[in-house]
Amino acid sequence: MQLFLQQFPIVVRSLNAGFVQTLKLFFVTLIGAMPLGLVISFGSMSRFKPLSVFTRVIVWIVRGSPLMIQLLIIFYFPGMVLGNPIWGGKEAGRFAAASVAFIINYACYFSEIYRGGIQSVPVGQDEAGMVLGMTKAQIFFRVKLLQVVKRIMPPMSNEIITLVKDTSLARIISLQEIIWAGQAFMKSSQGISGAIWPLFFTGVYYLAASGLLTLLFGWIERKLNFFRV
Amino acid sequence: MAILEVQNLRKSFGRIEVLKDIGFTLEKGEVLSIIGSSGSGKTTLLRCLNFLERPDGGAIRVAGETLFDADDPATQQERQVRKKRLRFGLVFQSFNLFPQYTALKNVMLACELLARERPDYRANKREINQQIESEAKALLHKVGLANRLNSYPYQLSGGQQQRVAIARALALSPDILCFDEPTSALDPELTGEVLRVIRELKTADRTMVIVTHEMEFARNVSDKVLFMADGVIEEMGPPEQIFEHPRSERTKAFFSHMTRE
Ligand SMILES: Nc1ncnc2c1ncn2[C@@H]1O[C@H](COP(=O)(O)OP(=O)(O)O)[C@@H](O)[C@H]1O
Ligand SMILES: [Mg+2]
Repeated sequence: MQLFLQQFPIVVRSLNAGFVQTLKLFFVTLIGAMPLGLVISFGSMSRFKPLSVFTRVIVWIVRGSPLMIQLLIIFYFPGMVLGNPIWGGKEAGRFAAASVAFIINYACYFSEIYRGGIQSVPVGQDEAGMVLGMTKAQIFFRVKLLQVVKRIMPPMSNEIITLVKDTSLARIISLQEIIWAGQAFMKSSQGISGAIWPLFFTGVYYLAASGLLTLLFGWIERKLNFFRV
Repeated sequence: MAILEVQNLRKSFGRIEVLKDIGFTLEKGEVLSIIGSSGSGKTTLLRCLNFLERPDGGAIRVAGETLFDADDPATQQERQVRKKRLRFGLVFQSFNLFPQYTALKNVMLACELLARERPDYRANKREINQQIESEAKALLHKVGLANRLNSYPYQLSGGQQQRVAIARALALSPDILCFDEPTSALDPELTGEVLRVIRELKTADRTMVIVTHEMEFARNVSDKVLFMADGVIEEMGPPEQIFEHPRSERTKAFFSHMTRE
């Protein structure tokens, strides 16, 4: 017990540092993937056939293969095949590579959710906007967007909570996120060795994060309850 | 000069010819009712007038201005479609209100967006928006919804929603207001209030085209009645002629079918 009390502050400091990295990856992914997903969804809905086919193939490949492999390819491919290790060997480079992989992966998932949401808005909404002389952009932003947001809230919440946990995959390219930090104590780190509880303890962080997100999404969904679609 | 002139209008979907050589004219202030069995092309005709479908042939003129002529590519530029749509208004069978806006905002939205294109918008923003709001309120008052300005569509009955949709279509002061079976999606007890509102809209200078299955209403409100069958105008004339003395066998058959129902 005494040993645990000695270890606890050291472990928590280390896990906190890892969790900061986890959160950074989480937010960077969201900020990049949410708008990129919209661009991809427009690509996949394009009436210009080559573009929509191309986009859908990309989305299929990204959604159909493990994120872990995508991480490895994006991190190692430039160095191995192009002979140009663009990411460098430092933590910042690994973070950049992880961000790129996560943003592309999640943008593809988001794009499918957006597409479903956009296509589920009745065509009558477009037509009502058109006969009232609105432009395409006005119809999208002023008429359809909020209806789409309301419709996609449940699947988006799921996906975003999954993202919190998926960030742990980045340790495959040695990004020093929270699992990586916890695992270090199994071998030896800062005078603590052979301790497995720090790894278990990371679960508390994930639970806290997904709990907060669940509350946040519940609040947003209630905020959107003022109308029905 | 006729306010609306439709000439030789044709429209096909794939190999099905839905409109075959439709032509008629309408004077300012006239009310035209279009009747005919389902599938005869009534909705397609209204959609062509509102530029939701592009006709394959023929011409559409409003107050002498050619809005569409299949033989004149200059009248078919995509950029100008939006302005042309403003000459017509359309009330849909299924209302199509914007669910996230109140009744008042539904009526105001398009006017607000359009006002931004005015050169004096920046200078007179406040006055312009106040003007739009008071006009929208007056319109909702006119359709009997002065007390439901802040209701969202889901809080309104079907009849009330359709009346909001009528106010919304009127807000842009179209030259010609079209209705596509405005009461077909309503419970029978709610059709009366909507028909009454439409009847009250009839003034000396408001031109309307109404697709309807309400024969009594069509007979009372119309200056002209057009009976459509299989994409052609089977018979057209004043209501007394069409309803009392139809010449075409198909018109007669249609009415005897209607009364049997
Ligand atoms: N977008 C479309 N694509 C293919 N066929 C259509 C389309 N819209 C209408 N039609 C066909 O055109 C015919 C006329 O339809 P419509 O104009 O809706 O008739 P009405 O309003 O008189 O019932 C119908 O046979 C219908 O199936
Ligand atoms: Mg119809």
